[in-house]
Formats: sequence, C-alpha cells, structure tokens
Amino acid sequence: MRWWIEKVIEKIFAISGFATTIVILLMVVFLFREGFGLFRSPVVEKGFALCVNASNPVEHIGSSTIKKVFNGVVKDWSEFSSFNEKIVLFRCEDPDKCGDMSKRYSEEELGSDYEHLAEKLGEVIAETPGIFAFVHEEFLPKNIKGVRILEENKIAVDDFFFGLEWIPTSTPAPQFGVLPLILGTLLVSLVAILIATPLGLGVAIYLSELSKDRLRNILKPAIELLAGIPSVVYGFFGLVVLVPMIQRAFNLPVGQTALTGSIVLAIMALPTIITVAEDAMRSTPRPMREASLALGATHWQTIYKVIIPYASSGISAAVVLGIGRAIGETMVALMVTGNAGIIPKTLLTPVRTIPATIAAELGEAPVGGVHYQALFVLGCVLFLITLTISIAAELISKRHHNKGL
Amino acid sequence: MRKLLLVAILTTASILAAQTIKGSDTVLPLSQQQAETYMKVNKSAKVTVTGGGSGVGISALIEGTTDIAQSSRKIKFDEKKKLSDKGSTVVEKIIAYDALAVVVNPKNAVNQLTREQLDDIFTGKITNWKEVGGADLKITPIARETSSGTYEFFKEEVLQKKDYLAGIMSVPATGTIIETIKKTPGAIGYVGLAYLNKNVKALKVSFKDGQFVEPSVKTAKDETYPIVRPLIYYYVQSSEAAVKPFIDYVLSKDGQKIVSDVGFITIH
Repeated sequence: MRWWIEKVIEKIFAISGFATTIVILLMVVFLFREGFGLFRSPVVEKGFALCVNASNPVEHIGSSTIKKVFNGVVKDWSEFSSFNEKIVLFRCEDPDKCGDMSKRYSEEELGSDYEHLAEKLGEVIAETPGIFAFVHEEFLPKNIKGVRILEENKIAVDDFFFGLEWIPTSTPAPQFGVLPLILGTLLVSLVAILIATPLGLGVAIYLSELSKDRLRNILKPAIELLAGIPSVVYGFFGLVVLVPMIQRAFNLPVGQTALTGSIVLAIMALPTIITVAEDAMRSTPRPMREASLALGATHWQTIYKVIIPYASSGISAAVVLGIGRAIGETMVALMVTGNAGIIPKTLLTPVRTIPATIAAELGEAPVGGVHYQALFVLGCVLFLITLTISIAAELISKRHHNKGL
Repeated sequence: MRKLLLVAILTTASILAAQTIKGSDTVLPLSQQQAETYMKVNKSAKVTVTGGGSGVGISALIEGTTDIAQSSRKIKFDEKKKLSDKGSTVVEKIIAYDALAVVVNPKNAVNQLTREQLDDIFTGKITNWKEVGGADLKITPIARETSSGTYEFFKEEVLQKKDYLAGIMSVPATGTIIETIKKTPGAIGYVGLAYLNKNVKALKVSFKDGQFVEPSVKTAKDETYPIVRPLIYYYVQSSEAAVKPFIDYVLSKDGQKIVSDVGFITIH
C-alpha cells in the first residue's frame, strides 16, 4: 500500500517537473514569437500611408527623417533629397480632422460618409508639389494621376538596436531606438553592483569570520528579512527619502537620477550578495584555516590569503546573482529613475530602464501592434541579458574550488 | 469554441452581477464617487472602477473586458474602426469637462506663457527660464507616461501633434507630477484642474491675441481658457441596456453635482 502511494507521489512530482519545464519553454517561444514580428512591420504606423506629389523623386525615407519632417525640424525636401521644394505637411488620420479639407470643400463635395474624400485628397496632393501627406488607408487616393504613394520600408534591425530615440507614440513614424534603454539599464545595474559588492563582501566577511555567534544570530536573519521586503516599498522609500536627498546633495534640477536608482537597487541586491558570499566563506574547511593559523598567519592574513581565495567562486557567483537581481528590477526603476529615454552621460541625469519601459507602456499598447511587438523585443533583450548572467553565474560557481590557492 | 463559450458566460455573468468601468486616471476619482453614491441609491447595483489610462480603457472595451471605457480624450479613428470591425457600434457620452492646468514650482517667477512658448519648452527648443522672463534656471519639463490620455491631449492641443523632446522625464501618475514639481524649482508639467493644490502654481496661458487666462472652473466654463477637454464614457451599443441606468445617473442633477464637487466642469 505504502509502496503504491510513494509511486503515485513520485509520478506526480515528475509530471509537475516536466510541466514546469514545458511552460517555461513555451513562455520563451511566446516572447520571441510576439516580438520578432516587429521587423516585418512597416516604418509608418499600420493602417496609414505616406503620399507625395508625383513630381517628387524621393524614394525611401528613413523613419527618423519622417519624424523630423513631421515635427517641423526639417522644412525643405532639399535637406534630404534632390527635390527642391518647401515641405507642405498634411495629416489625415481622422476624416473629421483631415488637414484643411473641411475648409476647402463643402460637406456635399466630400460626401455624407466621406466617400469622395479620397478623390478630393488626390486633387489636393496633385496640385501641391511640396506636399507630404500622412493618410489613413481608408482615404488613400489610389490610382490618381499626380499622386504617388510611398513604398513602405520595414523597421530595420539596426534602427532598433542602435536607434537613439524611444518615442513609441510619434506619428506617423514611431521611433523605437532601444540603445538609450539598454544603456540606462546597464548603467543603473552596474553602478548598483559597484556600490553593493564592497559593502556586501565586508558584511559577509564580518558575519562569517569576525562576529560573535550571538550577534550573527541576530544579524543574519535581519539581512535575510531585507530580501523579503516588496520592491514597491523600496521604491517608495527611494522616492520619498532618497530622491530629495540626492537632489539637495548635488544641487540638481531633479532628484530622480540613475544614481538614485543605483543606490536603491544596491540595497536590494545586498541580501543576495551577503547570503551567498557568506555561505561560500563558511564552507572553507576547518583544517585549511587551522593549517594557516598553525603556520603563524594572523586571523586577518588567514582571511585574505586563504578564505577569500578559497571562496572566490562563491563570491563571484554572489556578485553575478546580485547583478541579475538589479537588472530585472521594475518597480524601483519606474519610481526613482525619472524614466527619461536619453543616453546617460553622467550618473546624475534621469534614465529609463527596459523593465520600467515595459511596465509603463504595455498596458496601453494595442495587442499585436508595432508598439506591443517592440516591447516584446525589449523583453527578449532583457531575457538574453539575464540568461547570459545566469549562465555566467553557473559557470563561475562550478569552477574548481581550490584554484586560488 | 470553448474559449468563445467561456467569454460568453463571463460576459453574461458580468452583466448580471456588475459593471466595470476602466480607463483614464483623470476620470477615476469622479467615476469612483459616482459609483459609490449610485450604489448607495441603488442597492442591487455593483459598479467596479479601475484606472490605467485612457488607452488602456479603450483597448479593454475593444477586447470586451470592460463595460464602460472612461477616457480623457476622444476615441481615435483607428480604435473606432477596430470596434466596428468586430461588429459593435461605439456610443460616446460626455459626462464632464476638465481643464488642463500648466503648473510650475510656486517659487518660479514666471506667471504666464503663450502656446508657442509651451510648445518650445516641451519640444526642447527653450531650455532656460530666463528665455521666457524667469530666473536663470534650467527648465525640467515633465510629462505623463504614454498610456495617459492627458499625454495625448496635451500633445495634440498644445504641441500640435509634434513629439515631446526625446528623453523627456515621464512619471506614471498625476500625483507624482505634483510631488516632483513641488520639489523641483525648474520643473513644468500639466495636471487636471481637479488636482491643483497649493504645492504647485498654475500658469496663465494664452493661445491667441495675447489674452492670458487663468485656469479655473469659471474660465473653463465660459470657454475663455483654451486647454479644455471632454471627459467621456464609451460603451458599445449592445450593452446599452446594462450601462444606461448608471450613465443616466451620472448625467442627472445629482450626478452632475458630484462632478462639480470633485472639481470638474459640469456639462450644462
């Protein structure tokens, strides 16, 4: 009877193990499948097209040029093509607000359900040589003399990974440059780890080698408790306490900076680093310590000549795990880093991280749209970064233990 | 097929048991108040209100996960088309108006700006307060996150659809805008009239003729203040029977009294 129960339980455990693995694999496949449609999507927002006058020779226009034109930064065709004419912008995203069509034509001419709008739009485009029109598909003046609909470029991979601007709501051409976001994420996490490593190692050495048992029994659980505090609480603490402090200390316009994020993330990564590093140090075999002391080395010499080299793989793993914790952190980044998508030049400017971007924008991005896909590619990028880190941690902790000696 | 059945069951259940309102954070406090008093008057009714931003509400309406989408911007042609592709007609009910106040730190000497100046500040052409008559101080423009209807509305009305400067600081909620501006001497941002308090200073703005107007319920009502937007409930025609009683209540005299209590402008 007992044998049967044990068999059944074993099977249940095995099944749940397989199920977990399959779910994780499916999630990864889903992530990549949703994301990589992005590079098959057109530069111009789906359902819209750009039209020019037929005399305009311009062929392919890059997405950042389109953005500059529609923001009024570039005002003449000659600035990026051989065509010498002033640009006349024309937006027709909504039939009710289609350029100045309602002024040019009467309601009757356009039709009660805008059935003649496309035709009239064609007339306008044909008679304005410098026109650059952004038109909804429904009202696209197809096959009309004097109108040329621009062929659609696809979103380029290098525009995505090396683009400098993240403006997903820009119309007609949303800008998906993830470089500022990747750099922001890496900067915040790396600085966090630079702050957390020395602190964490110091505490780990103290706990494993120097502290009295009674003190250790209080400190260790307290530090482990730190790991259990929800991240939103850390974020709140950062926003209310740290942000004004940083702002005053450096006399900045705003306190939400990369440094603020790094400090909070460092505090969050500390428990991981301390626990893992301390465990590694304590696992140094007793004979080894005693041998060192017997040879006449002092306590401190034993620590930095024997224990730290022996535990070096564990310590590296602790640091790498700390980085992993910092890179994926969403709530804190969203609350205290200021979320400005620029390439960070100093630590004291606001930055935008990948997790914060996904959290802030996914809710509003229409499912299956370009913005949605771009956020999924961001998720893939983040996944690859953390995967690399986990593999690194795995390799380091598997390294031969005594290598340092 | 099974999925469809499940959706059908869930929708029927939700119609019978409760109505959900989802969307704009600007409309959120108003809807909450309305729902609370409505449920007091109407014991059997159950109305659940959640925020998330106008875009979130409207996409929930398209996906059929909410009965009413509360929005602080008009539905886009594209969103309307998505609904009509699914065979549903969207109904629009304006429940109140809101004025958008441009706010700065109370210590800032600047009291008024024109639309062109606001445009230049938020697109990054003007970067120092001394260029618009203030102290020699860097301007820190602050925007809402992209899911917010306020973000879209400001972009459309004030920036005339141009993009905000790349790398503008963005915050996830109106409360955070106020908090940041309070602590940041050079900051400028925008919040709904209902959120104005003594921690920030509202600027007078002028869109034409050099007439600077202060944002208030009065100036918004007589249409002298230029940055006014409708607050709207969207629902699909097929669920009209279920949502009508609540919307009628909001449009009634009692409902509109709540509108002015919360700090918005009534529809009459």
